[in-house]
Amino acid sequence: MGEALQALLGNINPYFLQIIVNIGIGIVLALGLNVITGLTGQLSLGHAAFMSVGAFTSALLTIRLGMPFTLNILVTGLVTAGVGALIGYPILRLTGDYLAICTLGFAEIVKVVFLNLDITNRALGLSVPSPNTTIPMPIMVWLVVVLAVIVVSFIHNSRFGRALKAIRGDEIAAEAMGIDVARYKVQSFAIGTFLAGVGGGLYAHFISYINPSDFGFLKSIDILSMIVLGGLGSIPGSIIGATILAAAPEFLRFMAKYRMLVYGGLLVFMMIFRPNGLMGGINFTEVVLRAIGRKPHMKEEMEKKQH
Amino acid sequence: MFFQQLINGIALGSTYALIALGYTMVYGIITLINFAHGEIYMVGAFVGLLLVATFKLNIFVAMVLAMVTCMVLGVLIELIAYRPLRKSSRLSALISAIGVSIFLSTLAQMIFGADAKGFPSDAFPVNQIHIGDADISTLQLLIIGISAILMVALEFIVQKTKIGKAMRATSEDYNTAALMGINVNVVISFTFALGSALAAAGGVLVGLLFNAVSFNMGLMAGLKAFAAAVLGGIGSIPGAMLGGLLLGITEVLGVAAGYSSYRDAIAFAILVLVLLVRPTGLLGRKIQKKV
Repeated sequence: MGEALQALLGNINPYFLQIIVNIGIGIVLALGLNVITGLTGQLSLGHAAFMSVGAFTSALLTIRLGMPFTLNILVTGLVTAGVGALIGYPILRLTGDYLAICTLGFAEIVKVVFLNLDITNRALGLSVPSPNTTIPMPIMVWLVVVLAVIVVSFIHNSRFGRALKAIRGDEIAAEAMGIDVARYKVQSFAIGTFLAGVGGGLYAHFISYINPSDFGFLKSIDILSMIVLGGLGSIPGSIIGATILAAAPEFLRFMAKYRMLVYGGLLVFMMIFRPNGLMGGINFTEVVLRAIGRKPHMKEEMEKKQH
Repeated sequence: MFFQQLINGIALGSTYALIALGYTMVYGIITLINFAHGEIYMVGAFVGLLLVATFKLNIFVAMVLAMVTCMVLGVLIELIAYRPLRKSSRLSALISAIGVSIFLSTLAQMIFGADAKGFPSDAFPVNQIHIGDADISTLQLLIIGISAILMVALEFIVQKTKIGKAMRATSEDYNTAALMGINVNVVISFTFALGSALAAAGGVLVGLLFNAVSFNMGLMAGLKAFAAAVLGGIGSIPGAMLGGLLLGITEVLGVAAGYSSYRDAIAFAILVLVLLVRPTGLLGRKIQKKV
């Protein structure tokens, strides 16, 4: 089956395929951060650090144990979620910007520690062997994307997700309504970091070389920009934001030298003209329901009320 | 030996403090983490270097001109990238700040190249002064001196002048200040100008100290200065000074103790530990939760 899939992908332009994989990994990472920042309202500036933990865990599982990739990804996610919960437990007591700077601090510490450990090969980084699986990487990545979208959608619409939204809305009120704020925050952090770890594992095996310096502050900011650009708390928003920003460097490549200049300028312009993100304030379910004619437009509803 | 390291730490720490003041003032007034601040510091260093190396200006004249340039830059950034976003979510403003930061560092890389540039050796005559068994360079004394003068000047502006009073009022309550007839836009622009000038001075001093100015020097210095501002209690001016000095000293002592490969993590480790014990920083006001 592996060969057949490989042959199928062989027809696609490899450059194009690479962009598609980048987008897929971007979506997984963005969905993870969206649970923490978009859904629960806890600003994290250290998402790349968990991606780094995942990337190195996954790489080492393949190098040392030769673990099958599907199992590898799952274990990687769980390990990263464990680290996330461990770090999240003390720091999630902080709120707002103090939490943001603390996550940033942790991310820098993780980076420097990884740069000094023997097991991560210090500043030289690790060469990652190809994943131990017959399924080609692009299909693997997009399988994970589909699973992640389904799981995060479930979380959004569950009792658990509503508790998280309540915390985002007003922590004290949520506490008063009997929601165990501390526990829910740590759980949402664990879910978000699980996805960060999975994204990191996919990234490591796709790029096949990882270095602790790849997962610095700017990488965290990249992921944060994806969810803010798409619209905080919106799953379609995360997907669109990740797609645009993961593909943007490629499409701006024709400007070569000016690429990052334009990228920086674009971020500013996007925020000025669409400060709540592209999908911000849009209820996607409602849009779909309207499109298939199951729900009248707001305007018609208003007219009905007036009559 | 300890005394020597202490002096090194204070010299490094006062530059962190200079940058941290900009973060803390802007945060105090519009609760925005101005991530472009580190890049303003980098631009200040480059302008200073350019004036000294190419136009052969005196280092002090160059520093003043760099401060003026960065004042204009800071006000411009606020006008273009932050003012249109004042009513939208704080996260949007944060992303906008990051966009500016990427823009400026890429621009600097294109103009000045990717390699680090040094100040000419005759920019400032460095002599060693022996006090006990410690060597203090005149450069370190200059850094500590200029930082101290600038901080005292800032304290004077904020506490004694009319615009300083307006700044404090705006930081206390933005809307009420506007209702009382304070032109908050002018106050915010002025805050950006002050913070940027201090960052530019810090940039020139650090450029002299390490004899290296590069396009990416803003990122780590900015993050550390921000850590210093939070450590002292963000929004508090004495807090930023204390936080900067504390981080500078611990970093130098940590390196002296043999943890030089952990250099960039020391500041953040201290920050995380302090925040866990005192969630609003050392001199931060306790946040009253409204119910």
